[in-house]
Amino acid sequence: MSDVVEKTLTALPGLLLSLDSQPGAAKLCATSRLGSLVRSITELTSKNVGEEMAEPPAGPRSPKQMKEIMVRAIYCEMLGYEASFSYIHAIKLAQQGSVLEKRVGYLAVSLFLHESHDLLLLLVNTVLKDLQSTNLIEVCMALTVVSQIFPKDMIPAVLPLVEDKLTHSKEIIRRKAVLALYKFYLIAPNQVQHIHDKFRKALCDKDPGVMTASLHIYLKLIKVCLASNYKDLTDSFVTILKQVVGGKLPVDFNYHSVPAPWLQMQLLRILALLGKEDQRTSEMMYEVLDESLRRAEINHNITYAILYECLKTIYTIHPKSELLEKAAKCIGKFVLSPKINLKYLGLKALTYVVQQDPNLALQHQMTIIECLDHSDPIIKRETLELLYRITNGQNVSVIVEKMLDFLRLSKDEYTTIDLVGKVAELAEKYPFPCSVWFIQTMNAIFSIGGDVMQPDIPNNFLRLLAEGFDSDEEDRQLRLLAVDSYLSLLECDTSGLPQRFLQVISWVLGEFSFLKEGLEPADVVERLGKLLDDDAITTETRCWVLAAMSKLCGSSDALCKAEKVAHKYTSCLDTALRQQAVELELLGRDVDLRTRVLPQHGARNQLEVDSSLSFLDGFVSDALARGAAPYKPPHQRQEELSQEKILNFEPYGLSLPVSLSACSLTDRQSPTALSLSSSLSGNSADPPLKAGSNLLKLEGVKRVWGKQGYLPEKQATEEALAQEPSSIFAPSHQQACSESQQTTFSTIVEQDQEKRQLASSLFVGLGSQNAPCLVRTVAQNLSDSTSEAVPAVGNTEVVEASEVSSLSGGSGPLAQPSSQVERGLESDLPSRLPATLVGLLRSDVEELCSGESLSLSACKVFDADALVLAIFLSNISDSSIQEVSCLISSEQLKVPEMCSTFSVLSFYLNEFVLFSLFVCFSLCLNHLYSEGVAQCQGWEEHLNLGEASLYHSVSPPASCSCRPLPLTTEEYGKMWLSFSHDVKQNLMLLKHEEEDQLEAALTALKEKLCLHIVDVIGAEGIMACQLVSGRPCLLHCHTHGGMLAIWLRSPIADLPDCLLYHCQKAIQER
Amino acid sequence: MIKAILIFNNHGKPRLIRFYQYFAEDMQQQIIRETFHLVSKRDDNVCNFLEGGSLIGGSDYKLIYRHYATLYFVFCVDSSESELGILDLIQVFVETLDKCFENVCELDLIFHMDKVHYILQEVVMGGMVLETNMNEIVAQVELQNRMEKSEFVFISRM
Repeated sequence: MSDVVEKTLTALPGLLLSLDSQPGAAKLCATSRLGSLVRSITELTSKNVGEEMAEPPAGPRSPKQMKEIMVRAIYCEMLGYEASFSYIHAIKLAQQGSVLEKRVGYLAVSLFLHESHDLLLLLVNTVLKDLQSTNLIEVCMALTVVSQIFPKDMIPAVLPLVEDKLTHSKEIIRRKAVLALYKFYLIAPNQVQHIHDKFRKALCDKDPGVMTASLHIYLKLIKVCLASNYKDLTDSFVTILKQVVGGKLPVDFNYHSVPAPWLQMQLLRILALLGKEDQRTSEMMYEVLDESLRRAEINHNITYAILYECLKTIYTIHPKSELLEKAAKCIGKFVLSPKINLKYLGLKALTYVVQQDPNLALQHQMTIIECLDHSDPIIKRETLELLYRITNGQNVSVIVEKMLDFLRLSKDEYTTIDLVGKVAELAEKYPFPCSVWFIQTMNAIFSIGGDVMQPDIPNNFLRLLAEGFDSDEEDRQLRLLAVDSYLSLLECDTSGLPQRFLQVISWVLGEFSFLKEGLEPADVVERLGKLLDDDAITTETRCWVLAAMSKLCGSSDALCKAEKVAHKYTSCLDTALRQQAVELELLGRDVDLRTRVLPQHGARNQLEVDSSLSFLDGFVSDALARGAAPYKPPHQRQEELSQEKILNFEPYGLSLPVSLSACSLTDRQSPTALSLSSSLSGNSADPPLKAGSNLLKLEGVKRVWGKQGYLPEKQATEEALAQEPSSIFAPSHQQACSESQQTTFSTIVEQDQEKRQLASSLFVGLGSQNAPCLVRTVAQNLSDSTSEAVPAVGNTEVVEASEVSSLSGGSGPLAQPSSQVERGLESDLPSRLPATLVGLLRSDVEELCSGESLSLSACKVFDADALVLAIFLSNISDSSIQEVSCLISSEQLKVPEMCSTFSVLSFYLNEFVLFSLFVCFSLCLNHLYSEGVAQCQGWEEHLNLGEASLYHSVSPPASCSCRPLPLTTEEYGKMWLSFSHDVKQNLMLLKHEEEDQLEAALTALKEKLCLHIVDVIGAEGIMACQLVSGRPCLLHCHTHGGMLAIWLRSPIADLPDCLLYHCQKAIQER
Repeated sequence: MIKAILIFNNHGKPRLIRFYQYFAEDMQQQIIRETFHLVSKRDDNVCNFLEGGSLIGGSDYKLIYRHYATLYFVFCVDSSESELGILDLIQVFVETLDKCFENVCELDLIFHMDKVHYILQEVVMGGMVLETNMNEIVAQVELQNRMEKSEFVFISRM
């Protein structure tokens, strides 16, 4: 069939061409041609005849016929046959045709082309013309196409025109313009920064449709930027929602007699974002949320949609018990609904809520159990997700079992990867039922997850085994169990096992099989050797097996066997495998070397890797002395290569041949150095050990089973176990037992009881007694560490009761106490900065917030490679404070090694500075886009007096990540030419009266953004700056008639764009 | 955001394809095939949501579909869209089609593909929901159709 279609398609360009070449030939009716094309194509599918398509030899001429052909081309594209020859004609049609043909042309363009298609350039002019058209429909079409395919660099061309459309008299145009601007915002947020107030106008538009469209923008803005910038709009959103819910909109907006449901959902979502962690804002919305809950009573899909959003909002914002109660009831409605879609959403809602309120899961436990056996895998999957969230030490084995059951049936790769990861996480988090269970679960994970699972699962497992826990005896047992189970696995058929699993098996056997008494290493070698006979095994796995063997060949018997196997591979084509085999032979011969390189328990001791390869220094200096070029890392070489590609504007000098020879020398040099290093250290380049080094590198991977985590968790379980009889489920379990005694004859009841038992095992330990509170523990840990530093303080001195009451409610910024001035905050605090930060440029110390007894202040210190935020927590009351703990969290900024920079500087009784924190933010490019927030929270704890907290967010301004880049004009010129990404824009200078506008603008930029002014020549100025990461950006400014033309260039794609935005801001704020 | 709207029949033949994010031609066809494969094996009595198509965007994305007689309407959306809301949007879209074509059937979609696209453009614009009010959508489409007729008269007079 396809060849015939291709014939048809090849006939099409002929038609299109004849359009240009033969005007005025015989006219043919084209209207039915799409029909005939469709018919022919469908006939072909059924009959598969190879007849030639009856296409008229002489083609159509008028745009009208062109339009027909274009629809045909669209049809062909949809079926997957490329019709790229028609793209240019689509653009032509959009350009030349009348409104109707334009419409087809635009449709075809938006379907055929994509953002980075070259032909789009040809469309810009047409779009511009149509945006200015008086014909409503033309404008609409242009706006649609603009919002669908316009790329970033074409936005400036159409932006002013689209902006104008915001004030158009027709609401449909305004609405489309708003959406087009929203699309622009998504693609290039910086370019539409200046029209934010116009969005506000759109929000207040008299037409509800326009207002609805503007909500898209606000939802995004609030999500991406700080919600605090938009808190003032909460009132308006609440009012709008109130009006909508109250039915104030025209009846036209009703859908199944619900007023504007989509609008309501959008508003609820915005409110959720605004009210998150903000009590004051949340209080404003309680009433309207209550109203929405009450109104949504009609039993229709769309009311449930609103209800669902409402629930999510209620659980996201600052909680109010009445609302929560009502919301919980609503969730019940969802979960118990016979409609499967609602059930699905109910489970989703439960998953969302259950962390805050585990009791809710208890209420619906029977439904959840039923959902576990549901015929729809999606429902099952969602239920497992819910169970995953409520897992604790007691129900983990049941839940993991359920998950594995699901995994065994599921074939979807994506689900497998996701769920296997979760099972592994649970198994590592709660390995308590017993070690056997843990090993078995991990085995199941490896055999089910196969080779699709995340590679860090086996890595983590091996690390756990290698590093062990607190008690040596337990470690030994766990390892022994693993060895046992793997030995028995190897006895069976191994052909079905995934490669990753085989790798794990061989590593464990190589490392720990000596633990098993009476097991001959030769035996193990033989079993491992059998693995190698399988052809399906990959080279990587072979390497692992050989590595395991080289660890095992302690006895001569084993060595003999291992060498026999390895000998085969000494002439193998794969270098890694060959190296492994040769190493095995070599190590086998030299026992001393072997014990040194591969000690028993080798995995337990930290391998010390000399990553600087310092032992090669002698070699390198010799080579350098002989005239070799210094080594350049690959990225530097790459950079130099790419720089060479740029046109050279300087005359060729003598330097060229020299640099060439240097280059080739380096290239010849580096591999030898590398291979030498690998053979010497025997470490970096050989794959089996690479896994070992991988393990060592895995720092920062979340692992709850660590040396610290193990013990407390265990205690927690014991406690929970002790509490079990009194747990909430216990009575109903007894009830179930008595019930079953009464009705033993009924099988249904038996099933029911089974389910109840399942329920009891699943939901055990879910009562309110163990609501996890991570924050609290962190705080306590920190407070422990501080109290160590505190000299023994006697009982707390009298603290008035009034202070306690005010403290307990004291979150959020409070009034500045007058005492602060007397204490000379500004003068004293900076002196407490550590010596390394003293000489540096810094901002003034600002008080962020204060309670009755604690005050939080901060200042920014601009270090060369980082922005340091120094946070001071001081005691401003007269009494002493016994313990203070502090928690710093930051979502958007990277805070490296927070604990190490946390330093207790001084702690005196009645002294006002308690301690200072230095948080070092590594600023990255991303920071320029989204202003990061660091939140710090201080606690103070009095004996028997509860706790109070201060809470504040600090957001370092984006400009903090810029540093001046001192350059000479010549250097600047060279760099300017070599940078490839640039942005140009004209900025309006507001102050016309100034004499030297350029000077003023440059100084403003310099001060606000830390730029370096390189030179000023007449009306032009050049400046340079770099990010803390060392990436440069150059600016070129030019003033003419009240405008400042800024031209930015940088080697990094997005840098000019965001810097431009900050320049814009700096100029405006001036 | 809506990432893609796919309409195909019970045999997986595409009837309307609209992507709001760029995918290469062969990728588009693969997405259609896999989506059909996922959707077609589900009974009518299971839920209308599907998660984690590995092709379009991973866990953040879900497929929301409805099955009418011979056609599947599938919307691929990200997590910022309400599931039930989209489900009703499909209903609105289909009802609008029904109003515009008077008892819409698969053949209407094939032979008036362009018109279906125009109607869709009034409902969803660049991945954002533009209009959910059926009367408003129909009014917009009719406005354009009137223009078509008037132009037709104009041409025939010439």
